[in-house]
Amino acid sequence: MSAPVFTGIGVIAPNGLDREAWWQATLDGKSGLDRISRFDPTDYPVRVAGETVGFDPADHAPARLVRETDAMTRYAFAAANEALADAAIDTDAFSDLEMAVITANSSGGVEFGQRELQKLYSEGPQAVGAYMSIAWFYAATTGQLSIRHGMRGPCGVLCSEQAGGLDVLAQARRVLARGTRLVMSGGTDASLSPYGLTCQLSNGRLSTEPLPERAFLPFDRAAGGYVPGEGGAILMMENREEAAARGLDHPYGELAGYAATFDPRPGSGRPPTLRRAVELALADAGVTPEEVDLVLADGHGVPELDRREAEAITAVLGAGRVPVTVPKTMTGRLYAGGAPLDVAAALLALRDGVIPPTVNVRPDPAHGLDLVVGRPRETELRTVLVLARGYGGFNAAAVIRSL
Amino acid sequence: MSGITFGDFKAIMSRCAGELDGRELTENDLDTAFTDIGYDSLAVLEIASQIQREYGLQIPDEAIEEMTTPGDVIGYVNRHLTAV
Repeated sequence: MSAPVFTGIGVIAPNGLDREAWWQATLDGKSGLDRISRFDPTDYPVRVAGETVGFDPADHAPARLVRETDAMTRYAFAAANEALADAAIDTDAFSDLEMAVITANSSGGVEFGQRELQKLYSEGPQAVGAYMSIAWFYAATTGQLSIRHGMRGPCGVLCSEQAGGLDVLAQARRVLARGTRLVMSGGTDASLSPYGLTCQLSNGRLSTEPLPERAFLPFDRAAGGYVPGEGGAILMMENREEAAARGLDHPYGELAGYAATFDPRPGSGRPPTLRRAVELALADAGVTPEEVDLVLADGHGVPELDRREAEAITAVLGAGRVPVTVPKTMTGRLYAGGAPLDVAAALLALRDGVIPPTVNVRPDPAHGLDLVVGRPRETELRTVLVLARGYGGFNAAAVIRSL
Repeated sequence: MSGITFGDFKAIMSRCAGELDGRELTENDLDTAFTDIGYDSLAVLEIASQIQREYGLQIPDEAIEEMTTPGDVIGYVNRHLTAV
């Protein structure tokens, strides 16, 4: 069985509300980070975020579905429509059990949940809407997409924070190898309500810098935490033969390799395991370090975590040898939506032969990385490594290759 | 409040569960199953809980489970509002 291929991409991001708008903004170095507008952030230590300003859920789903879903799921409705159209998929040509939905989730429907909890404590249990039972939980997006598109195969949801966006690709690969014909994967998150933001503060990694262009600086000496964002990407995955059989001869690329590792507990004295994830993913893909043309880094923006990631990259690929970029400097960290958006960037970089830039960062030479800063870099690309780390010790690495 | 009309019900329904896709609810739908109209069981629960709040009526869960059409809901509410 050959590696699964990516045949459709749908995007909702703070710097672009569809695939091509986001990609153009990304190549232009246009950031979606700004002062939070959803609510007044004056009294919060974090005031900058990547919001999907201008997104109208009514453009992408009927009012009935908008009513019963959180923003995270509304983003997925939009991105799923785009991904299906991009892949030219007619779902009627498949039986419902041959199609699956496997998304990553991290925030849950926190904005919806906050609203209903406020009704609970201010008006009492009678005031809580029935949709609270399905809108807030991690599997809500997978469930809604499954019902809407009639995809009733081996569906699932993975919750490993930012790493989950790569973990779902591996789960998609698994079910495709077992006979499922089509998987809708990726993920979207929306964590920018007051309650959602407050929940994130406890990890101590968010940037308190009020200037948007100074707030998220991975691999910079001035790095002081990360900016949260919302949105993500939905990716259609199929076996290559299946895609070819329905006339799709030029998929974006393939999932050539993947690996996940889990860090030892803090204080154990044992080293972190991102490096091991990179080595295992390359081995899984049958790719040598010399063959890697580009790394889309996790880019946490926390000095210690940046140092560890740079060490993992240079230990396996060599210091300064491979271009590295962090387009999420323009979106913030999207949690479960972050890695799928990076995979979308990897696939479009392969398509167009161009590396999107990292913005606002002055690379700290101590990291030994060839960080692509300021403007895009045109170059021939064949193999891209995508890294993602999730809070709590999750590491994942994926190798994306052109065909 | 003396009772609930079809118009009242329709307004509550679209407020709670969202408008139908490309179709208007009419009195011909009084005996059409919610599932055929395009509303699932959660939508019915949402409508029932809104009616309870607006009309000060207690509707037991077992009664909601038996409401399969708009006519069932309107009939139940009017029987019990009269009884109050």
